[in-house]
Amino acid sequence: MERRDLIKQIAMLTGGAFVGAEFFLANGCKPDSGAAAGASFTKANMAFLDEVAETIIPATNTPGAKAAGVGTWMTVMVNDCYDAKDQQVFKAGMAELDKACEKAYSSSFMNATPPQRTELLTAIDKEARTYADKKKPDAPAHYFTMMKQLTLLGYFTSKEGATQALRYEAVPGKYIGDVPYKKGDKAWAT
Amino acid sequence: MPKDSSGVNINTNGVQQNTFDAIVIGSGISGGWAAKELCEKGLKTLVLERGRDVKHVKDYPTTTKHPWEFEHRGRLTAQQQKDNPIAARCYAFDEATSHFFVKDNEHPYIQEKPFDWIRGYQVGGKSLIWARQTQRWSRFEFENPQRDGYADWPIGYKDLAPWYSHVEKFVGISGNKDGLETLPDGEFLDPWQLNPPEIKIQQAIHQHYPNRHVIQGRCAHLTSPRQIHLDQNRGQCQARNICYRGCPFGGYFSSNSSTLPWAAKTGNLTLRPHSVVHSVIYDEQKQKAVGVRVIDAITKTATEFFARIIFVNAACLNSNLILLNSTSGRFPNGLGNDSGLLGKYVAFHDYRGNISATIDGFADKTAFGRRPTAAMIPNFRNVHQQEMDFLGGYMMHYAAGPIGWNRGFESAGVGVAFKDMLTQQADEWSVYMMIQGETIPKEKNHVRLSTDKKDEWGIPLLITSVEYDENDNKKMKDFWDEGVAMLEKAGCKNIQPFDNGRVPGNDIHEMGGVRMGKNPQTSLLNANSQLHHCKNVFVTDGAGMASVGNQNPSLTFMALTARAVDIAATEMQKGNI
Repeated sequence: MERRDLIKQIAMLTGGAFVGAEFFLANGCKPDSGAAAGASFTKANMAFLDEVAETIIPATNTPGAKAAGVGTWMTVMVNDCYDAKDQQVFKAGMAELDKACEKAYSSSFMNATPPQRTELLTAIDKEARTYADKKKPDAPAHYFTMMKQLTLLGYFTSKEGATQALRYEAVPGKYIGDVPYKKGDKAWAT
Repeated sequence: MPKDSSGVNINTNGVQQNTFDAIVIGSGISGGWAAKELCEKGLKTLVLERGRDVKHVKDYPTTTKHPWEFEHRGRLTAQQQKDNPIAARCYAFDEATSHFFVKDNEHPYIQEKPFDWIRGYQVGGKSLIWARQTQRWSRFEFENPQRDGYADWPIGYKDLAPWYSHVEKFVGISGNKDGLETLPDGEFLDPWQLNPPEIKIQQAIHQHYPNRHVIQGRCAHLTSPRQIHLDQNRGQCQARNICYRGCPFGGYFSSNSSTLPWAAKTGNLTLRPHSVVHSVIYDEQKQKAVGVRVIDAITKTATEFFARIIFVNAACLNSNLILLNSTSGRFPNGLGNDSGLLGKYVAFHDYRGNISATIDGFADKTAFGRRPTAAMIPNFRNVHQQEMDFLGGYMMHYAAGPIGWNRGFESAGVGVAFKDMLTQQADEWSVYMMIQGETIPKEKNHVRLSTDKKDEWGIPLLITSVEYDENDNKKMKDFWDEGVAMLEKAGCKNIQPFDNGRVPGNDIHEMGGVRMGKNPQTSLLNANSQLHHCKNVFVTDGAGMASVGNQNPSLTFMALTARAVDIAATEMQKGNI
């Protein structure tokens, strides 16, 4: 079985218990690939990442990724959980993303309109998925795969994401296997 | 300071104050049971634990934290992974639980072949971080190894059945009475529930395979606490399923929440953390063990403690290590080791075989709460006769669950519609199935002591030499074939069998090395869990297992321990030990 398919399958298991490990095995935190050097991020970087995250998970009738502090949290994860090689890919990716925005809209990402940002990231998402399908197993992930995965993890495990966009029960008290669900009902955070 | 025969400096003062009726080495799931039973029989009992103290609730620092209260949302840092390649491969080792696991560099060992030795050095041991699935062995696990020639159990199901009942009532085991000969019923609290997709799979299996059974998993969680559990200050399981952090409700069984405080209440317990047991002391004149030699984990000073009986419950491989290191004129190769088999016939459970799938038809359903168990399919291979091209059997576990936001990692899109999709459940549910395969004990799968490398307490490092064999591979293939066929019959889709690549030891079900048997020339322990050749020493953790069955093993260790304490107390009264 292709590793990518396997990861996809595992990602769907039992509330994502295995997702973190698979995610980081696929995407950083490799034990033998050298110590993390610690990428430095500026306030501007964090603001930039907030906008990337907000474009992926925007505010709707529930808070978006920016309100959940995902931009800053991403920098913590890249510093602490990525190896040096993946840190470089991630940092270079921020510049690359901005360059792609300039090329498409003659505007920096920060100055682009929300529709432009969505259109741009939709295209880059497609590019990242094509890259992931073709890349060699040892090659680093696409920078946007990193940004998107960190955004989802950061948002849906944040207080805003878990308790407002999703349903979170810290202490369920019991297990009921058969509960009605209809389209539009919130999914469980954990 | 004088030195003893093994060159260790000893403190010879205070023999009187260092003398107890019984010594228990280890405070994990079996050591805790030894302590409880010994103390309840009125015996002054010293429990030696090499790690720090962990008090129930007070020392569970992460137990009530929400996901967003963890800096890395539960994930390990790159540094933690780099420093702990062994521990980090354990599914339960993460940001919320790492304080209950031994870090790789703290306690090195030598892997002659790849072996993940997962350890919990603290009061309570791995009982804090176990997976809590509890099934009795059936008569087949005791009898079939003899039929097939790979173990010689001197006891059978009937010997252990009353002791299973004894521990189940106190521990609190949830489950259904299923009436199966291959997985005997016990003293059960209310069962958990299967969810609708799991029931659909169950029905398909029952329809197509008359000799296969799907049951609700049995586990050590208080679904409907009885007075005996309330008396332990434990309460109902709250279905949080973050048990590896320690449970503030006492919802699952651990030494910390249950047996150790119960033992302490008798006034007969002395619990001594930071006490690394170097060896058991054998007295050549008295021809019996008289105590143990302890190195203080922090100061490194040695002290000796004395008792009439000694229970070795250090967890399988450390119990082997201690006995191998307990050398004397009478036992130059390790305590009780006349057969030369101490450290040999180590076996474990094979978890490599997995199958993932999806199932349609349940888009209008979800589940509430987080259940700490799954569905179980008791072993159906080689039960009544040896019929396959492999020896032994396997149990299967499976579970189904709604698919949530994490499918976004692999889904196309960004923006409002993408968010909207991920905040709702997927139409299909996920299904996951795994093997718990019996491995066959063999002489060449063994542990031994390094002859030149020692740890910082002066104790030789353990060498592990344990590997899978062709029998395991054949069993995994059979699991894949049968599991895929069963899921197909249940209408599952995207069925993907795979090998997760786990190495031996990562199952944390290592057993043997001090195996029980009828014949002293081919085993170490007798039917009472006593060393054949040093009868006041009892080994009642996984080390004593002559074979490993296909069930989760801890319940059997607990039952064997309670039974052995009862025998020990009787033998002491008779003056035999």
